Amino acid sequence: MSAAALDTARPAATAAPPMVELRGVSRRFEKRLDLAGKLARRLGLPVREEVVHAVDGVDLAIRRGEVVGLVGESGCGKSTLGRMVAGILPPSAGTILRDGRDITTLPPAEARAVKLRTQMIFQDPYASLNPRMKVADIVGEAPLVHGIVTRAEFDAYVDEQLRRAGLDPAFKRRYPHQFSGGQRQRIGIARALAVKPDFLVCDEAVAALDVSIQAQILNLFMRLRRELDLTYLFISHDLGVVEHLSDRVVIMYLGRVLEEAPAEEVFRRPNHPYTRSLLAAVPRIEARKRAFSAVQGEIPSPLHPPPGCHFHPRCPHATERCRVERPRLREIAPGHRSACHLNDALA
Amino acid sequence: MSGAASPTLEVRNLRTHFFTRAGVVKAVDDVSFTVPRGKVLGLVGESGSGKSVTGFSIIGLVDPPGRVVSGEILFQGRDLTRLSEEEMRDLRGNRIAMIFQDPMMTLNPVLRIDTQMIETVLAHARVSREEARQRARDALGMVGIPSPEERLHAYPHQFSGGMRQRVAIAIALLHRPDLIIADEPTTALDVTIQGQILAEVQKLSATTGTALIWITHDLSVVAGLADEIAVMYAGRIVERGPVAEVLDRPLHPYTVGLIGSVPSRNRRGEPLRQIPGMTPSLLNLPPGCAFRARCPRADEACRAEPPMRELLPGREARCFRPHLEAAAETAA
Repeated sequence: MSAAALDTARPAATAAPPMVELRGVSRRFEKRLDLAGKLARRLGLPVREEVVHAVDGVDLAIRRGEVVGLVGESGCGKSTLGRMVAGILPPSAGTILRDGRDITTLPPAEARAVKLRTQMIFQDPYASLNPRMKVADIVGEAPLVHGIVTRAEFDAYVDEQLRRAGLDPAFKRRYPHQFSGGQRQRIGIARALAVKPDFLVCDEAVAALDVSIQAQILNLFMRLRRELDLTYLFISHDLGVVEHLSDRVVIMYLGRVLEEAPAEEVFRRPNHPYTRSLLAAVPRIEARKRAFSAVQGEIPSPLHPPPGCHFHPRCPHATERCRVERPRLREIAPGHRSACHLNDALA
Repeated sequence: MSGAASPTLEVRNLRTHFFTRAGVVKAVDDVSFTVPRGKVLGLVGESGSGKSVTGFSIIGLVDPPGRVVSGEILFQGRDLTRLSEEEMRDLRGNRIAMIFQDPMMTLNPVLRIDTQMIETVLAHARVSREEARQRARDALGMVGIPSPEERLHAYPHQFSGGMRQRVAIAIALLHRPDLIIADEPTTALDVTIQGQILAEVQKLSATTGTALIWITHDLSVVAGLADEIAVMYAGRIVERGPVAEVLDRPLHPYTVGLIGSVPSRNRRGEPLRQIPGMTPSLLNLPPGCAFRARCPRADEACRAEPPMRELLPGREARCFRPHLEAAAETAA
């Protein structure tokens, strides 16, 4: 456990409001009917506009200095949630607070400053860098536009950003395609840090990298956190990575948070049946020739999520209540929240 | 001992090179290994290490400018490199099958599943259409696809990613092959789906005696699945041995680094042991050990090419400075 992280987190937790807070945040995506669909409906066919609840009523608080790991399988809404937290996708419902203030009601200048303080690192270092820009411009453009750096200081500033991300400034006149995947991810990190954010949203930031390169980038994230006092929302499907890096872990399934707890607690005492099956399914390097067990079934379509608890069709313990009533996320131990009806039965 | 029975597959000194305009890329360079019947070999390496090309070489799907330049690929005693394209086609999809990372490499998007599966059955077996259909249905059931009879009528796009991969595996199993080469088949899948597929595959290789080569970059998958492990780096196998021994007492510094890079093995929050630098370009490999520039133990000796040597019983590595003292320590 990183003691330094706790020290920075503690005073903030007691005095100031959380750095980022989500209250009942939802995001719907609607597929409108095309002409054929509208005609078909007029003719009385059962065609409807389809709505995906990508994120469904999420409450979440991220304290200053904390690394929060957000885990879930494809389609669980973790990337959509990350994009809303990063301010590049507005929520359909609910509020997002930054340092206690609703970001939608901020005056324009302040809203821009808040947006700048939150930066995002993307999964695909091939798609997230403009292939026609030189590295120096990729990294330096935003600070220049936002007046963080002047033309005269530009070169020195870019060099510093590259060096901090572990890149040789001698390569700054090159284009992204001249770099390997790991180096490109470093460029993405240098670009994000160049505007002096205090909060990074990393969406599968190491998923596309080879293991040995992944370790380099994870170490870089941890070093930067110490040096720059950064707060992270670290989105990943890789539980090993999340376990290693996070102070707190949030588990999502079909748009909802099912469990949330300090990292060690989640991995040692998972409460929700989904979390448990997820942990059981993760291949571990410590495991030796063993029988793989499997969760039953597949993730249901987010277009037609099951009623009640979303996990009930795959849950070995599901009862009648799970089929009709949505379980509330509630505290089962200090700092440990879980959304499962079984906890009521035990209490 | 496994007795007199010859292994399902024995690869000896395989070299597959790509003759590009920029130069000769030695994608696979002097690779040897064996896979006994019913056993699983985990072929592990990072991008560009030559693991996939090794798989393609065995099944005879290396496209120009690449070609197998030397070595033997003995499948049940027959050297595949000497077979005609016709003889090879007779084996491929029949006795040897391959599963790809992207199931759409196997599936034709415009044909129904039954059409594709029946075609595969009829390509190698003289049976009636009705019997071929029956076999297709059984194969789908075997890989855990619910209501296989109905699913036979579906098109690939009507399946989820995990289900598509199951269909691809079902097609690979149609002729109960003696050898399956699986190239990162679960890398694109969610963990719970990966768990299901690993469970199926494991059951199959145990019950049917199929030998399996599981190509992956993920040591954790291999840890639970494989009997033997071969670690590739820059076109060569640098270490080989029983999976538990290699993971517990790696000999080659690259294997040590690779295992150290996996987050779960390290203590939480502490820096991961990282391998400095990156994989060298195969176009201009330095002479001597290819890992030399990144290796903390390298010295003058490593300027020469290290041969594959048996360093411990059943354990081979290509290294002049292996972690033997660590092995002795843990053993003691």
